[in-house]
Amino acid sequence: MFGLIISLLVGKTIKASTFMPVQGSQVAAQVDSLYMFLLVTSAIFCVLVIGGLIYFVLKYRRKSDDDKTAYISHNNFLEFLWSFIPFVLFMIMFGWGWHVFHQMRDFSKDSLEVHAVGQKWFWDFKYKSGKSSAGEFYVPVNTPIKLIMTSKDVLHSFFLPGMRIKQDVIPGRYTALAFTPNKEGTYQVFCTEYCGDQHSSMLAKMKVVSQEEYEQWLQEDASAGLSLVEVGQKVYEQKCAVCHNTNAERKVGPGFAGLYNSERQFADGSSAVADENYIRESILVPGAKVVNGYPPAMPSFQGQLSEDELSGLIEFIKSLK
Amino acid sequence: MASSTHNYLNHEKGLWSWLTTLDHKRIGIMYMITVLLFFAIGGTFAMLLRTELIAPGETIFGAQLYNQAMTFHGAIMVFMVIIPGIPAFIGNFILPLHIGAKDVAFPRLNLLSWYCLIVGAAITFVSLIYHGSDTGWTFYTPYSIETDNGTTWVVLGAFVMGFSSILTGVNFVTTVHKLRCKGMTFFRMPLMVWGLYSTAILQILATPVLGITLLLLAAERILGVGIFDPKLGGDPVLFQHFFWFYSHPAVYIMILPAMGIISELITAFSRKTIFGYRAIAFSSIGIAAVSFFVWGHHMFVSGQSELAGVIFSLLTMLVGVPTAIKTFNWVATLYKGSVQFQSPMLYALGFLFLFTIGGVTGIMLATIGMDVHFHDTYFVVAHFHYVMVGGTLMAIMGGIYYWFPKMFGKMYNELAAQLSFLFIFIGFNVTFFPQFVLGAMGMPRRYFDYLPIYEPLNKISTFGAYMIGFGFLIGLYVIIDGLLKGPKASDNPWGAKTLEWQTASPPPHENFLTEPEVTAGPYEYR
Ligand code: HEC
Ligand SMILES: [Cu+2]
Ligand SMILES: [Cu+2]
Repeated sequence: MFGLIISLLVGKTIKASTFMPVQGSQVAAQVDSLYMFLLVTSAIFCVLVIGGLIYFVLKYRRKSDDDKTAYISHNNFLEFLWSFIPFVLFMIMFGWGWHVFHQMRDFSKDSLEVHAVGQKWFWDFKYKSGKSSAGEFYVPVNTPIKLIMTSKDVLHSFFLPGMRIKQDVIPGRYTALAFTPNKEGTYQVFCTEYCGDQHSSMLAKMKVVSQEEYEQWLQEDASAGLSLVEVGQKVYEQKCAVCHNTNAERKVGPGFAGLYNSERQFADGSSAVADENYIRESILVPGAKVVNGYPPAMPSFQGQLSEDELSGLIEFIKSLK
Repeated sequence: MASSTHNYLNHEKGLWSWLTTLDHKRIGIMYMITVLLFFAIGGTFAMLLRTELIAPGETIFGAQLYNQAMTFHGAIMVFMVIIPGIPAFIGNFILPLHIGAKDVAFPRLNLLSWYCLIVGAAITFVSLIYHGSDTGWTFYTPYSIETDNGTTWVVLGAFVMGFSSILTGVNFVTTVHKLRCKGMTFFRMPLMVWGLYSTAILQILATPVLGITLLLLAAERILGVGIFDPKLGGDPVLFQHFFWFYSHPAVYIMILPAMGIISELITAFSRKTIFGYRAIAFSSIGIAAVSFFVWGHHMFVSGQSELAGVIFSLLTMLVGVPTAIKTFNWVATLYKGSVQFQSPMLYALGFLFLFTIGGVTGIMLATIGMDVHFHDTYFVVAHFHYVMVGGTLMAIMGGIYYWFPKMFGKMYNELAAQLSFLFIFIGFNVTFFPQFVLGAMGMPRRYFDYLPIYEPLNKISTFGAYMIGFGFLIGLYVIIDGLLKGPKASDNPWGAKTLEWQTASPPPHENFLTEPEVTAGPYEYR
């Protein structure tokens, strides 16, 4: 009993001191065991080498200027030993790492498939039912999930620290991630392949919920009961906030405050008044009129926004004074 | 002994005599000045980056400037400091002396390689006029193709600097084969020469691949040829294969000569012959050979096939073995020695300490199932700083102090040098150890902004960076003070056995007044 408590306590402190994020899946637990093994063997190795180093330099520090030193050129047995032992250890690490990696790449046939599209600088998610969401997605607990991913522009990488997995996301090609979450909660998603200015803002959240909650979420209409401006604000936060401020301050693109009905100067020297049609065109065909002093960095949202969302965005921008 | 009045420094006079010199020692000194200058610039960028990261959100500059500073810090430190740092600077000065030669095999090529570095660096800095570059030093496509700024210049600059590296490599291989003095058999060469020799082979074989890759990238940016851009039917992952096919061996271009310096320092300051000479010499060649087949360990999550990932993981483990052997041999060399703690030795011991940590974390990263979590997080940043700064830079610093009396015939202020080491060594650990933890916690690299949970460790890290910066300022003082007011150094102040210590300090123009003849190994402390 007493022994159990002690080992539990020790186990807890060790776990806490590895600083790994919460374990969201069986594979994450496996990665952490591997990590523990690597950490302990590395620590032993470091103590041996660095400890030996410190011991030797203190013990054999120069005592007088005519110290005599031993002439030891080599020792075959020792040298064999310290080549062979690391070799065996490295092979164990390799094999264990392979085993864990193999689990990560296990795409079971009955997984729930979710499509993820990376784009500067947010993530879009699409479900088979037609449901889509940005910046946040839901998956049911204890269900194998397969994320099928691609990118609209440059490389990104989908990193789920809670699951200990990541995978680069490549334009013009699909890559995939598999995991089976076993703990409900909210998990952080990072982009881990450098993709430009707002790379560090390319975040998302994954919500692992019960099957019922998940189904309810799939059914619900995200914009039901919201005013047009609120719909617009929601889309803004998911897709536009990385590049546009709600005040007048410049970010990647111009700030939105005071935009509506103002006179815009364009890179080609022309100008126009920002009415509803101008804003609509800016969102769908951003290359048509590029605001003077800004790079042509705005992506087209053609086909990605419903008519309601577009109107919502326009009303939201109009509401910013 | 040479008369102390005539030496390579006063052999000729005037700036022009330096800019047109064919003397390997003078070219070495010119590399020293340029490398230290670039190091100051790259280091300043590092301080700015760490200052920005002292708190989440914008601190001193925005995302765009941060990404450019990050790119310049990386590109300068890799292409202009660490790669030329040991071979072209210290190696140039020491290699011919080590093997008892008058000069390198191709002195004109040697001078040309210095100009390649200067021209390449100048081209790189031209990019600043075109809003710099923000791709990171890795230039991953397709981002590097579409980003609208001076990336083309940085890429072309790195291309030209590559020639500097290739020419130095060609020069050193020929020198080692053809110009060894009488009695200097391969197994009587100092281990520094083995290190430089294996590095030179890598420079010759690997650098052209980088050159071609960068040229293709420039062609794609300028002419719109579709090689890497998926929009034009290219393959962005192909770029990564090309890039790491060079850049992994480049890691060993950076570390092998550092290992050479460490062998020199450990033997000289423990007055002992090296333990396992042949094992160390052959492991240099072994590392160089295997290093060509491990590039895929940078790409475990890039979308390369699972099988490829597993094979690259296995091969990477194999590089670990000769590296471990070297480490054990150095420690064993200290056994029953007579160890002295002058600043070069402090750097050598610092190297062993930091490189061991860099090494074991490298094995963690080579373990494929583990790397999936660590890849592109601060764990990787910490790992390669432990290897590149804790390893290579420590060796460069140790080498500078060790050969300073030989290069300039003067001694530096030992106490100040030790103080400088203390700040750098402690500051280094304060900066980079927390980054391992940040990486385990999942903080991605190349992030201008981060989640609040990462703030405390980032603060510690930034504080450590200031300590390193202060340490290097003291180091700068030590060098300038030594140059201006240092007392005269004897020919062999450390009592070391290799050939360079048997000629005058500073050496005469022709290195040795009478051609040396070697009858024993390099570390005969009996
Ligand atoms: C990748 C960054 C980025 C994202 C994401 C982005 N924009 Fe932009 N946007 C820009 C840039 C840069 C400009 C200025 C250049 C131009 O006019 O094309 C701009 C211009 C605009 C303009 C014209 C502004 C003016 O001052 O005239 C509007 C309107 C606009 N964006 C709306 C949006 C909306 C709505 C969204 C979200 C659905 C969005 N943008 C998402 C970068 C972005
Ligand atoms: Cu990114
Ligand atoms: Cu590598």
